[in-house]
Amino acid sequence: MNLVRFLALSMVSTVLCFSVAEAADGKSDRPVRGGDPVVDEINKYLRQGWTDNEVEPSPEADDSEWLRRVYLDVVGHIPESGTVEKFLSEKNSGKRRELVSELVEDPRFVRHMTTVWANVLIGRNAPDRTSREGLEKFLRESFAKNRPWNEIVYDLLTAEGHFEQNGAVNFILGQLTGNPNRDDYAVEATAKATKIFLGMQVQCTQCHDHPFNDWKQNQFWEFNSFLRQVRRRDVDKYDAASGRNVDDYSELVRRDYEGPVYFETRQGLMKVAYPKYFDKEIDSGKKTNRRQQLAEVMAKSDGNQQVARAFVNRTWGHFMGYGFTRPVDDMGPHNPPSHPELLDFLTEEFVKSNYDVRQLVKWICNSEAYHLTSQFNPKNEIDNPSIGEIPLFSHMYVKALTVEQLYDSLIVATNADQAGKGSYEDAQRQKEVWLREFMRIFGGNEDDEPTLFSGTIPQALMLMNGDLTKQAISPDKGAFLTTVLSSPKLRNDNQRIQALYISALGRIPSRAEYAKIEKVMRQAPSPIMAYQDLYWALLNSNEFVLNH
Amino acid sequence: MQFATPRGMSRRHFLNHMAVGGAATLGASQFLQHLQANAAEVQKNQRACILVWLGGGAPTIDMWDLKPESKNGGDFKPISTKGDLQICEHLPEIAKVMDKMSVVRSMSTREADHTRGTYFMHTGYVPNPTVVHPTFGSVVSYELGAKRKDLQIPAFVSVGGGGMDPGFLGMSNAPFVVDAQGRIQNADMGQDAGRLGQRLTMLEAVEDSFINSKRGDSGKAHKDIYIKARDLMTSTQMEAFRVDQEKPEVRAGYGSTPFGDMLVMARRLVEKGVPFVEVRNPNGWDLHNDVFNTLRRTNLPNLDKGIAGLVNDLKARGMFENTVVICMGEFGRTPRINQNTGRDHWAQSWSVLAGGGGLMGGRAIGKTDADGLRIESESYLPSDLWATVAHSLRIPLDTVHTSKNGRPMKIANGGTPIKDLIG
Repeated sequence: MNLVRFLALSMVSTVLCFSVAEAADGKSDRPVRGGDPVVDEINKYLRQGWTDNEVEPSPEADDSEWLRRVYLDVVGHIPESGTVEKFLSEKNSGKRRELVSELVEDPRFVRHMTTVWANVLIGRNAPDRTSREGLEKFLRESFAKNRPWNEIVYDLLTAEGHFEQNGAVNFILGQLTGNPNRDDYAVEATAKATKIFLGMQVQCTQCHDHPFNDWKQNQFWEFNSFLRQVRRRDVDKYDAASGRNVDDYSELVRRDYEGPVYFETRQGLMKVAYPKYFDKEIDSGKKTNRRQQLAEVMAKSDGNQQVARAFVNRTWGHFMGYGFTRPVDDMGPHNPPSHPELLDFLTEEFVKSNYDVRQLVKWICNSEAYHLTSQFNPKNEIDNPSIGEIPLFSHMYVKALTVEQLYDSLIVATNADQAGKGSYEDAQRQKEVWLREFMRIFGGNEDDEPTLFSGTIPQALMLMNGDLTKQAISPDKGAFLTTVLSSPKLRNDNQRIQALYISALGRIPSRAEYAKIEKVMRQAPSPIMAYQDLYWALLNSNEFVLNH
Repeated sequence: MQFATPRGMSRRHFLNHMAVGGAATLGASQFLQHLQANAAEVQKNQRACILVWLGGGAPTIDMWDLKPESKNGGDFKPISTKGDLQICEHLPEIAKVMDKMSVVRSMSTREADHTRGTYFMHTGYVPNPTVVHPTFGSVVSYELGAKRKDLQIPAFVSVGGGGMDPGFLGMSNAPFVVDAQGRIQNADMGQDAGRLGQRLTMLEAVEDSFINSKRGDSGKAHKDIYIKARDLMTSTQMEAFRVDQEKPEVRAGYGSTPFGDMLVMARRLVEKGVPFVEVRNPNGWDLHNDVFNTLRRTNLPNLDKGIAGLVNDLKARGMFENTVVICMGEFGRTPRINQNTGRDHWAQSWSVLAGGGGLMGGRAIGKTDADGLRIESESYLPSDLWATVAHSLRIPLDTVHTSKNGRPMKIANGGTPIKDLIG
C-alpha cells in the first residue's frame, strides 16, 4: 500500500462521509416520528416517564446506527453493504417508517420470528423425540400468514397428532418425559405454558404457596389438571441394517382423564384441584376436552387479556432490550411493570388489532424511543437497567447478539458461505457445519434478556481463529476480502476501508478512526496483511457483536 | 498437535511487541514477574477438586460394595485393601491406596434416567423446567476463579468431551472443554505471535471509540474476554495440557492409557492452580449387557491404574491433602442381574469413591443390605457430596447464589457435609 497516498486520501471526506458526520452532530433535520395515534400514545407515556424521573432522552440515532438495529431486531442479521449505502443516501424523511413496513413483510422477518419462538418454546437443543423442524414449520406458516397471536397460542395448547404433520404438538411434546401415569407427568408442561403464554412463573407453587407472589399451590394444580388428558406416544421402527428398533416418530394423543387431581401440601395434607382458570371453572367430566377449554378461556375469553399482555411485554423486551417487567415472563402483583399504563394501553390496542403481530412490531419500531441512540447523555445516566435500575427507555439499551444473529451477520458480512468453488449444496453443507459449531460454543438455553456480552474464552477464540473468520479474511481468490480489494469500483484505500466498515459495522469510519487505523496498517508486513488485520478486527470488535 | 505457543518469535519479543502496540494491559517485566510468582509453591497450597465421571452409570455393586453371599453378587470376589473395607478383586492397585480413599456406600438419589441423573449428580438439584442450576464445577469456578489471580487457564476445565451447563452462573463459568489429548479448539491463529499482536492492536484502534462512547459496560466486558483469550493463547500455563511433556515413567504410573493421560492432565492443571477439573472416563458404563466381561477386560483395569496412579502422584507431590478426588457416575446399577447378564439403572442404593483434600481415607461409609437393595444406614444425596467438597475447598456452606428469576439458591442445595468423610 502506498501509505503517503493513503494518508492524503484519508484526509479527504467523501460526500457520504460528510453527510453522516453532519447527522451525527445533530445538525440535520430531525424527522418527526409518529403520526400514528398508537405510536403517539406510546411516545406520550414514555415522555411522561422521562419528565417524572427528570431525565432527558438521548438524541436520535443516526441512520446507520438505527438501520443496523432494526435489521438485527426485525430480520435477525445486519444489513448488507448495498442496503446500507442505499439507505444512507436516501433523502426521504419517511424512509425509516417505510423500511419498517417493508421489513415486517419480508420473509426474513418470518424466519427470525420462527427462530426466536422455537427457542422460547422448546429451547435451542430440542428435547429428545421432539421435532424442531415440525415446530418451525408450524411457526413459519403462522408468522408468514400473520395469524393472530391468540390463535397461534390456541393451536400450541390444543394440538394433537404426528410431530411433523402437526408441528404445533412439539411445544407440549417437548415437556413430557417419564411415566405418563405419574402425577408429575404434565408438571413441566404446566410451568412452561404459564410462563411463556401468561408471563407468570408458577413453578414454585407446585410444592407450596408462592412466597412472594399471588399464586397459591392449588392454582398450580388447577392449571395442571387442564393438561392431564395428554400423553406422548413414541413409535419405533425396525431398522434392517442394524437389526434393531430405532426412533420413528412421536405424537401427542388424548388420554382419558376425569375428575380432579390430587396434590400434597408441605404439611402433608392431600388436597384436590379441579380444572379452573383463575375464577373460571370447567366441567371436570370425561367428555370435556380440557385443553380445548383451557385454550378457549386463555386465548379467547380471558377478561384480563393475559396472553396479549405477556406477548406485548416479551415483544417490547425483544426490541427495547428490557421488557416492562424483569424477567419478561414473571409478571404479577409482586413484580410491578415499569410503565403500567403503557403496558395496559398496548395490550388493549394489540387485542383491538386482533392480535396482529406485525402491527405490534411496527408500533414499537416507529416509537420515538426505538430511534434514540444507545449513547447515554449526561441527563439520563441514571437510566441504566444493567445495574438494576427500572428502565425508562430514554436511550436504546445495548443488546448482545443471539447466536443466530451473530452467525447470520457473519455470513452477511463475509459471504463466507459463497467462497470456494463448491456447488450450492456444498455451500449449504458448509454453512450447516459452521452453524452447528456456533451452536455448540455460543449456544446454551438462557432465554433471559441478553443485555450483557456473555463472552467466554471459547467464544472469543472461535471468533478470533475459527474457520469462518479465517475464510472471511483469506487472501484466496473468491474470499470476501479479496473480492473487496480487487473490486474495480473501489479505487483507493480510503474507499476500501470504508467498504469494509460498511459491510461489518454498517457505518462509515470517522476521520479520527481513519487516522488511527492507518497508523496500525503501516506496521503490517504487507498491504494485504494490513487489510486482513483490519477486517479481522472489525469482525471481532465489540461493535460487531453488540446490537446497539 | 494443535497448540497455541507463539511460533517464530520469543516470548519476550512478543511481549515487547504487545507493549509497543499498546494492547498489553501488563508491561513485559511485570508480566514476567507474574510468571515467576506462578511457581509451584503457590499452587501447592491451593485447594482443588478432580471429578472422575463414569458416564452411563457404573455398577458400583461390582466395584465398591460387593455382595458375594447374595444371588445378586455376580462374578467377582472382594479383596482386602489397605483401608478398613473390601473392594472388587479387579481393582488391585486401588486396593493398595484404599487407606487414602473412602467409599460412600449409601447414596440414594432417586433419578435413574441418564439425563436427569447426570444433572442431579452434577448440580445437587433435580431438573426444574424454569431454572438451570450450575454444575458444581461452575460453582467452584464462580467462587474460586476470581481469587486465582495468576491463573490464565479458565477455572473449570472438562477433559474429554461434553461439559455441563453453568446455568444461572453464566457462560463465563462454563466448563472449558478440551479433548482427551488436551487440544483446545481454535486456540491457534495459524500466525506468529507478531501477527496476533498486530491484530489486537488493530482491534483496539477499531473498537476504542465504541468503548469510550458511553453505552454501558458491554464493550468493556467484551474487551476483557479478549484480553483473557490472548493471555490464554500466549500463556506458558498452556503447557499443563501437554501430557506429552510429562516423563514416561509418570505416565506409566497412571497406566499409559488414554484415560491415564487424561488424569495426568488433570493433575498438571491442578498444579497450575485450576480449582476444578472434570475428567470423563472414556469407557462406557451403561452396562445392560455382559457386565462382568466388560468390567474385567476393559473398564476396571483402566480405572484401577488411572485412579491409583492419580492418588500416588498427588501424594508424591504433596498435593493430595489439598485435592479432593471424587469418582462417580449418574447412578448405580440394579442389584438384580438381567437376562443379558447385565444390570439396569438403579439410583436407590449405590456407591461413590471419595478422598483427598483432607477427607478421611480407608472407610466404608453407610451400609446396604445383604442383597444391595436397601440402605440400612443414613443415606446421602449429591447435595451432601458437594457440601463435603465445598467444605474441603473452604467454600463457606452458607454461600447463597441468586438465580436469574431472583430465587436464592443455597450452595450445594443446602446439603450437609458427610460426617464420616470430613472426620
